[in-house]
Amino acid sequence: MTDLKTVNILFCGTGGQGVLSAAEICGWAALYDGYHVKKSEVHGMAQRGGSVESHLRFGTLVYSPLIPKGEADFLLSFHPDEQARLVKYLKPSGKDLLPYLQQAETTVPDKKFINTYLLGALAKSLPIKEESWLQALALVFAGKRTAENKEVFLAGRNSHDLE
Amino acid sequence: MKQVFLSGDEALAQGVYEEGLKVACSYPGTPATEIVEYLSRLPEVDAQWSVNEKVAFEVALASSIAGLRSMFSAKHVGLNVAMDSLMTAAYTGVGAGFVVVSADDPGMHSSQNEQDNRLLARIAKIPLLEPSSPSEAREFAKQAFQISEEFDLPVLIRITTRLAHTKENMEIAARKEIPQKEFKINIPKYVMVPGNAYKKHLELEQKLVRLKAYAEKSSLNRIELNDRKIGIIADSVAYLYAKEMYPSASFLKLGFVYPFPADKIKEFASQVQELYVIEELEPFIEEEVQRLGITAKAKHPSFRVGELRPELIPLIIEGKEKIEEPSTARKPVLCPGCQHQAVFSVLKKLDLTVTGDIGCYTLGALAPLNSLHTCLCMGSGITFFEGFRKGVGKNVVGVIGDSTFVHSGISGLINLAYNGTKGVILILDNGTTAMTGSQPHPGTGETSKGQKNRKLILEDICRAAGADNVDVINAYKAEELETLLRKRLAEDALSVVITRAKCVILLKREQKKHD
Repeated sequence: MTDLKTVNILFCGTGGQGVLSAAEICGWAALYDGYHVKKSEVHGMAQRGGSVESHLRFGTLVYSPLIPKGEADFLLSFHPDEQARLVKYLKPSGKDLLPYLQQAETTVPDKKFINTYLLGALAKSLPIKEESWLQALALVFAGKRTAENKEVFLAGRNSHDLE
Repeated sequence: MKQVFLSGDEALAQGVYEEGLKVACSYPGTPATEIVEYLSRLPEVDAQWSVNEKVAFEVALASSIAGLRSMFSAKHVGLNVAMDSLMTAAYTGVGAGFVVVSADDPGMHSSQNEQDNRLLARIAKIPLLEPSSPSEAREFAKQAFQISEEFDLPVLIRITTRLAHTKENMEIAARKEIPQKEFKINIPKYVMVPGNAYKKHLELEQKLVRLKAYAEKSSLNRIELNDRKIGIIADSVAYLYAKEMYPSASFLKLGFVYPFPADKIKEFASQVQELYVIEELEPFIEEEVQRLGITAKAKHPSFRVGELRPELIPLIIEGKEKIEEPSTARKPVLCPGCQHQAVFSVLKKLDLTVTGDIGCYTLGALAPLNSLHTCLCMGSGITFFEGFRKGVGKNVVGVIGDSTFVHSGISGLINLAYNGTKGVILILDNGTTAMTGSQPHPGTGETSKGQKNRKLILEDICRAAGADNVDVINAYKAEELETLLRKRLAEDALSVVITRAKCVILLKREQKKHD
């Protein structure tokens, strides 16, 4: 691990869309690469269809569990309304990965893996090793459907740049 | 040492576990629930969901007095339910270490109020620890037992939703087994009658003096000298927000917050040019700094409401007022197919005034149902009904969930019967504590560890409490429910209608297991 200024990723969507597991996978992947990781979420009543936000931050040393407004490097949305609500968190040079959501919805056969595809798209821009991603995916999905997961992740990772 | 990724709740639980925790008691409540959920999975810990927080507190405290390291945890309003016990526990003191965890909810992500339980440490006269991060939650929890045992007092660890639901990577250690302390009969210590309590109060005041000296030296309070133009005193997660936004400032990070380390505060104040206090909710530290005669800038009173965020810190430093932004977040709704929808549609049709309670069914207040008209606290669905019968008349029903009924509805029902109140109470029985994530309760007969014990039969206890009629009906049979309610409402009797159907989340979960 080299010295790394904190990377800020904001995941958003609504309850039940896989937002929290996507952030969890990203957190573990960064952890496997030796970074300091903080992941903070608002999920008090997520099961009841409310907005779900997860702030993931990793680097050499992370202070705040929340990304300051206007400091997010990446915005990964599972719902266009939530993207519209939270796009103000993105820094001017930040990447909005919303276009990949549409692509995932049309190309990923099993909706369960939309988050895996989006993580693949996100992984293109992050200093995290592929093996760490795969290890994290296997962990969070409890070793279920590992081959399919890997395939979808790599499809996202190898997709054309859309942002 | 093992690398793990734990939430603040889990890390705190891991910390007390490593220090030999034997007994943990709680009642589910966001954001504290995951503490006992984590401990329930560990075979060495006797972890329980108690009937309510008062019961939980007393079982845990008594376990400590009986010689076992113990913990009580609850959400901030849960600690209110146990306040009677907490206040005198500071007098009796403990046996083996006893930790009290209050998980506050600044911003009210899922609570009925925003009270700042740091203030309770001063009222109860007990030490207050405040970690800022999950890794600190583990470390502070480890120190808490030592402090509790050294001073013979409960130690309050106060966390917030932000910390409880933040995950961080950390290393954890193996558990230490701590030998049980022997309980010795000590009437002046454990029997709180006036004469004994007077002496214990004197002793408590002396303990506070010693605790203040301890706080001065505690490693949990740390001066970080950097650029001395700005000096910030901060606690909890507010410290991390301030550190994020002003990394080159000097800090007094308070972790052992009460009794206040006054000398350390003075020392820090003398070392910096401009002094600021950054804290969430109440001006707890700010008022102490003022009392010491130190000039410090603190937040505009508008910041006493709501959760802090890192981007708000510069506004506080600049002395600005908070600009309220209306929340644009999607509000939670009742799940598709939820039985509460069916029941509330009947109550709406009958045009009833509905006194409500705490649980998923509180969402019955939202449009388009608009069918729940009061919600104060646990148990108030029944007690409010009684007051409404006096003032509003017969067109009122009270609703309460199964878990909430067991928590604090039973005494309200006895009160109805005893005082001769008539009318209808509905128990919306979905067979779980749904809102907090489907925890079992006495009405399910299952414990936090999955053990099947005696099941509390709601119909039996309602009859025993004095209900004239107890009906059980399938919550989805709207027409039958309507007919039944019309009949019971017309009678001069106290009736309980239990609408029963398993929570759809549980059904889904069972189906998943089956597939």
